[in-house]
Amino acid sequence: MVYWAPFYFLERVMQLLFYQSEDEIIPIPWPLVNYGVKMENFKPIYQIDDFYYPEQDPKFQFSKQLQLFLIGRALLIEEVPFSLEEIHEHVKHGYIRYIPGQKMSQDKKEIICQRCCNTDLSYFAEMYCSRCHSKCLYCRRCIMMGRVSTCTPLLIWVADPPLFTFPNCLKFEGKLSPLQKKASNKVIKTIVEGGNLLLWAVCGAGKTEMLFEGIETGLSMGKRIAIATPRTDVVLELSNRFKKAFPDVPIVSLYGGSHERHSFAPLVITTTHQLIRFRSAFDVLIIDEVDAFPYSVDDMLQKASRKAMKEESAVIYLSATPSEVWQQEVKTGKRNCFILPARFHRKALPVPTFRWCGNWRKSLHKGKIPSKLKEWVFERVKKNQQAFIFFPHIELMEEALPLFQTLHPKIESVHAEDPSRKQKVQEMRDGKLLILLTTMILERGVTISNLDVAVLGAEDETFTESALVQISGRVGRNPNYPNGDITFFHFGITRSMVLARRQIIEMNKKAREQGLIDN
Amino acid sequence: MKFFQNDTCLYCDQIMEQEFTWESLLLGTEKKLLCRKCQSKFELIEGETCLKCGRVRNDHFETNEICLDCLKWETDEKWKGVLEKNISLFVYNNFMAELIAKYKYRGDYCLAKIFSSYIREATRKLEYDYIVPIPLSKERLYERGFNQVEALLIEANIKYDSILFREHSEKQSKKSREERIRQENVFKLNECFNLKGKHVLLVDDIYTTGATLRKAAKILYTSGASVSSLTLIRS
Repeated sequence: MVYWAPFYFLERVMQLLFYQSEDEIIPIPWPLVNYGVKMENFKPIYQIDDFYYPEQDPKFQFSKQLQLFLIGRALLIEEVPFSLEEIHEHVKHGYIRYIPGQKMSQDKKEIICQRCCNTDLSYFAEMYCSRCHSKCLYCRRCIMMGRVSTCTPLLIWVADPPLFTFPNCLKFEGKLSPLQKKASNKVIKTIVEGGNLLLWAVCGAGKTEMLFEGIETGLSMGKRIAIATPRTDVVLELSNRFKKAFPDVPIVSLYGGSHERHSFAPLVITTTHQLIRFRSAFDVLIIDEVDAFPYSVDDMLQKASRKAMKEESAVIYLSATPSEVWQQEVKTGKRNCFILPARFHRKALPVPTFRWCGNWRKSLHKGKIPSKLKEWVFERVKKNQQAFIFFPHIELMEEALPLFQTLHPKIESVHAEDPSRKQKVQEMRDGKLLILLTTMILERGVTISNLDVAVLGAEDETFTESALVQISGRVGRNPNYPNGDITFFHFGITRSMVLARRQIIEMNKKAREQGLIDN
Repeated sequence: MKFFQNDTCLYCDQIMEQEFTWESLLLGTEKKLLCRKCQSKFELIEGETCLKCGRVRNDHFETNEICLDCLKWETDEKWKGVLEKNISLFVYNNFMAELIAKYKYRGDYCLAKIFSSYIREATRKLEYDYIVPIPLSKERLYERGFNQVEALLIEANIKYDSILFREHSEKQSKKSREERIRQENVFKLNECFNLKGKHVLLVDDIYTTGATLRKAAKILYTSGASVSSLTLIRS
């Protein structure tokens, strides 16, 4: 016999203890323990070994809102704006489950955070917990979403997901090139049949358009789809394009600080980080720029994206520069891959030139720009040609900025934490700046129509193969200016530089063989 | 089981470069918790301060030895002498505000370790009979999952006595100075302790108006104790 009445007086339930009787487990919000019931009778969730989960009762009238709120996620009790009474009714009828926030792996060697899948012990911290009155571990990896400690229950929806279908929802006027069409068919096939696909498309191949038809097919089949990309700017840009292409489909965009995190949509566009909010949510997951930070670096995000997918699902990876391992797998046929070696404007990719410029660090410390780079800059100034110069580190760039500004007044610098970063990039687009010194942040996604690019210190380890290919990919994007200069100024050639150049040359070769470029 | 291998900064999560010096190799000095960049953002309270509340001396002082705020407290019959002295360790700058938000409101308990050595050092210099953290109400304690002041002491390995407890009220940080002072006393005394002639050191995380500390002190003071306080931050 449970007495529910006091629950209505609570602003919100923070956490539950559980009362286990022979045939039932009753959740008790903590303040009720004050109402004259003995604390000893209540256990935190991890102390209940054989949690009793009832069969799903098909006759039960479940709440649609609760379903939409919980589906595909694992939430803290205080995140769910429904009464505990209603939640527990769903538990009793087999629609929702309480699961412990942490789990021991089967070999008892690892602890797994049930929300973000972290298993790295250095990210679990110990605390003396005032909720369960004992030592608790909590996960620091996902603490920005609210603390999950050992005694914290999470709520998951275990019944069927909501059904939907959006047939013929694509309103896209543009036309695909024959090659794009081929890629698009591959995407459709993967989405329908499941499995993996790597879409290896050079910078400027038109990746987004190739996804449209596949996504339309998926949505018409009632599949839930997510597109994950590493950066917020790209989430916003993609959302705009998809909202235009799919005007009748609800689309949610998620990034740090977005307000849409509690709404349900069949199509979700999200930063890779926000993927950790999901659990068995998607039939199709499209991961943009798999090679980019942070997805390739951060093991947690890889686990989280695996967790965000349903068991039978399709994954499509997009990349302009897959990692060496993946490239090998493609070569040996171990990875299902479709390569687009040419840009949509049918011109070859500009190939980087290497120029030795001596000990450029030393020169900069002495207040001198390396002479070869200086020449290069003078040429741009003479022709009034816009350019980016990439630097490996902020400090060096800041040190060099005044030196460059003596060459020409319209030279600025930008880095990741620069508050006026957006404005400076815009000024570059408007032609108000001639040369922009930058760190790695502009390596991806920024498109300026007529641009030359230099890399200073290309031998630095921050410039990986994929970073260098991306940087080279900034040049010659616009059909009107398909050529441009890309020069790596260096103090010793590295493997990454060689591999990057080789990758670009090979792509051009492939494109020529397939008759995809005109020059 | 030891859960911390401190190769990343406890606050910003960047990988720290280990500094190898003869000293660290031979003597095995304490491992650092924060990277140099984060460490440099702390501002310790140094130099001349208000003799009463420990705030850094500035234009508000005129010629007095205590600041105008404290003058206000000390001229009020009700509060005069209730709190002998407050000592604060850090200035409340932006970095500290972020750190405290992460610690207190996000609930990242282990950040308390950052302050352990400072708190140990500070309490060693002071004399007291009882050390008493400002308590949280049961409700707030449950919401946070830990008392942020007690956690500071636990992590610093300092034994404390729970002489006070607190009834539930709205959050202090949402109220003005006047509201804070006018509000009735939420602190109650644990009667098991005999406080006559004893000196109590109250511990809190932030000294803002001094109202919370004085209210807690008042209870102790009226039971015959003298009271001073140690706070992590003077805002």
